[in-house]
Amino acid sequence: MPYRLLKYALSQQYPEARMFRVPKRLKNRYDVVIIGGGGHGLAAAYYLARDYGITDVAVLEQSYLGSGGTGRNTAIVRSNYLTPEGVRFYDESVRLFRDLSADLDLNLFYSERGHFTLAHTDATLRTMRWRAEVNKHLGVNSELVGPAEIAEACPELDLSCGGHFPIVGALYHPPGAVARHDAVAWGYGRAAGQRGVEIHQQTAVTAIRIRNGEVAGVETNRGFIETRKVLSAVAGYTPRITHMAGIRTPLVIHPLQACVTEPLKPWLNAIIVSASLHLYVSQSSRGELVMGAALDPYELHSTRSTLDFAEGLAGHLLELFPFLSDVKVLRQWAGLSDMTPDFSPIMGRTEVKGFYIDAGWGTWGFKATPVSGKTMAYTVAKDDEHELIRPFTLSRFAEYELVGEKGAASVGH
Amino acid sequence: MIDRLPPQPHEWIDRAQRIQFEFEGRQYSGFAGDTVSTALWANGVRVLGRSFKYHRPRGIWSLSHLDTNAMLETRQQTNIRADVCPIVPGLSVKAVNTVGGVEHDLAAVMDWLSPFLPVGFYYKAFHTPGRLFPFYERRMREMAGLGSVNPDRHLEHTPKRYDFCDVLVVGSGPAGLSAAVAAAESGLQVLLVEENPRLGGSLCYQAANDSEAHKLQAGLLERALSLKNLELRCSTLAAGYYADHWIALIDSTRMTKLRARSLVVAAGCYEQPAVFRNNDLPGVMLASAAQRLIHQYGVRPFREVVVLAANSHGYQAALDFVAAGIRVQALADLRTQGEPSSLAAQVKAAGVPIHNATCVSEATPKRGLRSITGAVLSSVAAQGSIQPGQSLRIACDGIAMSVGWTPADGLLRQGQGRLVYNCEVEQYVPEELPDGVFAAGRVNGIYDLAARLDDGFAAGVEAAAYCGAQVSSSRQRPPRIGPARSHFYPIASHAKGKNFLDLDEDIQLKDIEHAVQEGFDNLELLKRYSTFGMGPSQGKHANLNVLRAFCRLTGQSLDALEMTTARPFVNPVPLSHLAGRIFSPHRQTPLHARHKEAGASFMHAGNWLRPEYYAVAGRTRQEAIAEEVVAVRHRLGLIDVGTLGKLEISGPDAAAFIERIYTGRFARLQPGLTRYVLMCDESGVIIDDGVAARLGEDRFYVTTTTSGSDAVAREMRRWAMVWRMKIVLVNATGTYGAMNLAGPQSRRVLESLTSMDLSAGKFPYLGVREGEIAGVPARLLRVGFVGEWGYEIHVPADTAVWVWDHLMEAGRKFGIRPFGVEAQRVLRLEKAHVIIGQDSDGLTHPFEAGMQWAVKMDKPFFVGQRSLAILAKKRPTRALVGFALPSSYAGPIPKECHLVIESGEIAGRVTSVTFSSTLGQVIGLAYVKPEQSRLGTTIEIRVGRGEMIRAAVVRTPFYDPQNLRQSQEVALQEAS
Repeated sequence: MPYRLLKYALSQQYPEARMFRVPKRLKNRYDVVIIGGGGHGLAAAYYLARDYGITDVAVLEQSYLGSGGTGRNTAIVRSNYLTPEGVRFYDESVRLFRDLSADLDLNLFYSERGHFTLAHTDATLRTMRWRAEVNKHLGVNSELVGPAEIAEACPELDLSCGGHFPIVGALYHPPGAVARHDAVAWGYGRAAGQRGVEIHQQTAVTAIRIRNGEVAGVETNRGFIETRKVLSAVAGYTPRITHMAGIRTPLVIHPLQACVTEPLKPWLNAIIVSASLHLYVSQSSRGELVMGAALDPYELHSTRSTLDFAEGLAGHLLELFPFLSDVKVLRQWAGLSDMTPDFSPIMGRTEVKGFYIDAGWGTWGFKATPVSGKTMAYTVAKDDEHELIRPFTLSRFAEYELVGEKGAASVGH
Repeated sequence: MIDRLPPQPHEWIDRAQRIQFEFEGRQYSGFAGDTVSTALWANGVRVLGRSFKYHRPRGIWSLSHLDTNAMLETRQQTNIRADVCPIVPGLSVKAVNTVGGVEHDLAAVMDWLSPFLPVGFYYKAFHTPGRLFPFYERRMREMAGLGSVNPDRHLEHTPKRYDFCDVLVVGSGPAGLSAAVAAAESGLQVLLVEENPRLGGSLCYQAANDSEAHKLQAGLLERALSLKNLELRCSTLAAGYYADHWIALIDSTRMTKLRARSLVVAAGCYEQPAVFRNNDLPGVMLASAAQRLIHQYGVRPFREVVVLAANSHGYQAALDFVAAGIRVQALADLRTQGEPSSLAAQVKAAGVPIHNATCVSEATPKRGLRSITGAVLSSVAAQGSIQPGQSLRIACDGIAMSVGWTPADGLLRQGQGRLVYNCEVEQYVPEELPDGVFAAGRVNGIYDLAARLDDGFAAGVEAAAYCGAQVSSSRQRPPRIGPARSHFYPIASHAKGKNFLDLDEDIQLKDIEHAVQEGFDNLELLKRYSTFGMGPSQGKHANLNVLRAFCRLTGQSLDALEMTTARPFVNPVPLSHLAGRIFSPHRQTPLHARHKEAGASFMHAGNWLRPEYYAVAGRTRQEAIAEEVVAVRHRLGLIDVGTLGKLEISGPDAAAFIERIYTGRFARLQPGLTRYVLMCDESGVIIDDGVAARLGEDRFYVTTTTSGSDAVAREMRRWAMVWRMKIVLVNATGTYGAMNLAGPQSRRVLESLTSMDLSAGKFPYLGVREGEIAGVPARLLRVGFVGEWGYEIHVPADTAVWVWDHLMEAGRKFGIRPFGVEAQRVLRLEKAHVIIGQDSDGLTHPFEAGMQWAVKMDKPFFVGQRSLAILAKKRPTRALVGFALPSSYAGPIPKECHLVIESGEIAGRVTSVTFSSTLGQVIGLAYVKPEQSRLGTTIEIRVGRGEMIRAAVVRTPFYDPQNLRQSQEVALQEAS
């Protein structure tokens, strides 16, 4: 039993202060306004305060902290991407994640489980070799493994896949991890608050005021705020915000669904992904199997669930793990994914001076939380893109300089 | 069965059928109709499970899905809910999540450690020093989780069914039955589903001694059974509501997916517990659970009981207990004024002391917490909080709680229905429901029996009218009137805690207080931090009380707050039911059987199974493939290409349409000719290729890649609509079989099977002809993907075997070989023909793939043209080139996707590579930096373990660069 828990039994009063400071009021002026109190917005606020001493910051959240993608994803962290730009960026995120529990003094349950992307065809194996080669070149631990090695790591897996879609190999990424997603937002929120950042929940932005091509302030449901710098970190809600700023993006919103089973004793250590079966699964520290599939194939700004999703997912899961027949699905849910044409994010400055965008997080936003916070804080503070995100600016679409990550991001979120 | 009561008038058990079963290694007997919980309780077993976190003993509490105190497992199944799992002969179960058995669970030490483990404790420790976290995490994971999985369990294949009806009624209580009858009397098809094995809803346990109610029920049932268009289905759960009244119905054998035109939810209410110290221990239960035990199962819930009531149901329960021979020691009523109805006098007359404005503040446990010995009664102030210092201890072995209800509104809220708190009935009631969804009875806040019947009838009529039926009478909905059946704050604080709000997650009142103190003062945040409502019962017994405590802590009122979001499923659903028989289709070409006979080794290509190669006894895979290649190059080969997408496009705009879709020029393509087609998306990225054959002025036959056919057809249809073009597009992929007869002898063999003139003059390279092959109508395309004289032969799918057999027979004397995908890959690579998706990726545009020749930028328009015009002006970043290793090379051979490295940086990658037996060297295609694309440049490829291989950029095609093999002279010479 860690000594830190002693105080709870020995104190008369419950020995914890508020995690999130409640600001007395919404001021009418801030140096920086961050729209979106999810992981990304709060992380950016934290690094702005910690690394650049910019603390006159308001984070505006229309609902509650982490209510969007932060609390709806399946919490997988990995860096085995396809493009050198992507690999470098996500690898920095993995590095930050490793130390994050200590940095924020909150146990985020960052748990390195090993990540297997299964291949059922030689065509898939080919793309995986590409990823493995790029990863290795950039020092990321990633390799192609054969059925025998998969069986050793996950003996429960039916390698014949019910007999009709045998597994021929996998991309193995030992640093692949899961984490407690909500806690990441809370940890950043608390740490930002401790440094003076104000977090305003239930505060929705209704308009962005722009004067001579520069940000002048934001209108909210609680009044006008004057500011010269606005960071939009709202993922699935980005089109609503960029519309207010008159900025066009190529984002399209698709629902992404997930579900969990009832809790089970630990049996699955690895994170298992199969793009061919449209499935990924890991076991949470509470024991639930956390599962998801590919994006819903249509554009929709809604978080409703569908039965088709649960049916398809269950079928494919049983192809991999037939002994789970009687395990029960407890709950399903959906989130919004802001998809880019090249499956890479949109980060950095925009044509409106002082309006910064952190979007295009599709199905890969959670794993980038620390690095996006850090690089966006740099970008906002210096009014210049951080080196790691230069390939991801909005202007790349007009300039035809895409960063193609579809091969590594489409299912294995 | 020491706690079995004498037979009850409406019991669900069959006392003639005794059933033996095993629990935790000991034998017990029960009756048919018993659940595991009721049978064990009848045998005097009180500890049925252990709690999730503190491993406290748990017994019967709700006897339904509201709690998961008693979770069991067998060899085949896990997380079985004992309360609702029927006993069957030979059943052998044990409780989940114990260390050493449920009775003496060693993990119960956690209950002592609980002061060290406050809400969210795991966020606050174990992460420093970081190296210890994996150790702690393993321990915590082992402690968490409920049942265990067993990899030896077998796959259950359950069937699925589709169903539809006009009106679906959920729930068979008075309101549901009444609604079903009303809707069915208008002539519509009505289905009523009931989760329990018997109809009746709450009447089965709450009105067992009410003969009036039973008479009403019997009358209603008689009417229901007389209606041929009303189907009643028991033991069927409406588990999920999805858009447009798409409902998942779950029974023990299958999932039925039902589309209802209209839906009446009359699912009743979930009884809600009171919160006091030790309110979770065996002996403490909901009054409804005790009533279910008595009336449905003939089991004595306890011998001496204290009833904690805040509504008339509690008084009724007390009378039921007395009638069952149970000593009711006291009735504590939370309400200041007590019970207004005559029930109070009846209870008093039965000799039960009534204490108004009184709560149970604590259940006194026996050592080991396996049962209780008494209840501590305390006075309650008007606002619902305890008056300190005024308490009374009463001996009992049971406490029955009857303090309120919450609507079973899962389906309503999954359908985005909105419920608001109604202070009149102290309950959430429907405010806005989706179109065609109606609520009736208790879920709608209506409690009086007559009113429930009326409410149900009215809802049934409304649902029928929604379906467009002629309804004779409409009925007024009864008003929601008090007295409220739910207490506004049935929660007693206690200095020593263990007053549980959520039994699934072992959440005490102070956990919620502390979480709010820490700033989790938004309900959704509180849920995620404290995990209330996230356990297997999904908050059915927890959410409302947490909400009440939360409101009091934050100074809000319930009517200003909405519940947390509801998600499917109402109760958990097994994966097997969702999966059904598992639909993972593969497509086979019409020639599949022939390939099998010929020893083909199959591979997946998109949804298709294709021969990879044909195994030959005594030859390795590589040798067999090499022989297939030789056969095509020197004699004759036959490959099944039926998996290619085949689209028939016709209509006045067909030519203009093709012109817009593909990058090449087709307007002047003569009928009778084919042309290679390349398709880009709007950003100029290559997405598909194939061949377009012009069959007539306004008729085209277009092939696509094997995996692209559906997407291409879908995209074409979309564009046709966007452009409003007059075309008809038929995806004929499965309509035709197709094979490619290739090799120097192909013409000679084909001539023996057709009267068509195959001379080069009449049927030139890239021509298309329609005629007969072996008496079968066929479409012939003279194309050369593999680089030899050959014919792609498209025939109706059901004649493909006939044609194949004739070709094989006619080709036998020339040494014909069927060849597979692998040989074709080698042959096409020797010709440097690219495969879209292998030699291109998600960003490849035609210029960097060396396919400028296929793009006509001077056309008026094609999809992607604008982007390509921009890209054409940009400096290229990569180029696809051919490379070769010297024929003397003996080192490791690069694989596809090995990287091309230049001065330590990634310059590109190998996309295709093979050893060409024709050329005697390794050849391949690779992306390189544009400056490396000059012929003769040496590129470095990093293989396997990091060795660098040097290869030369060479001219492509590697084989027959002048395409002489398609000219008549060479072909005739070769064939002779």
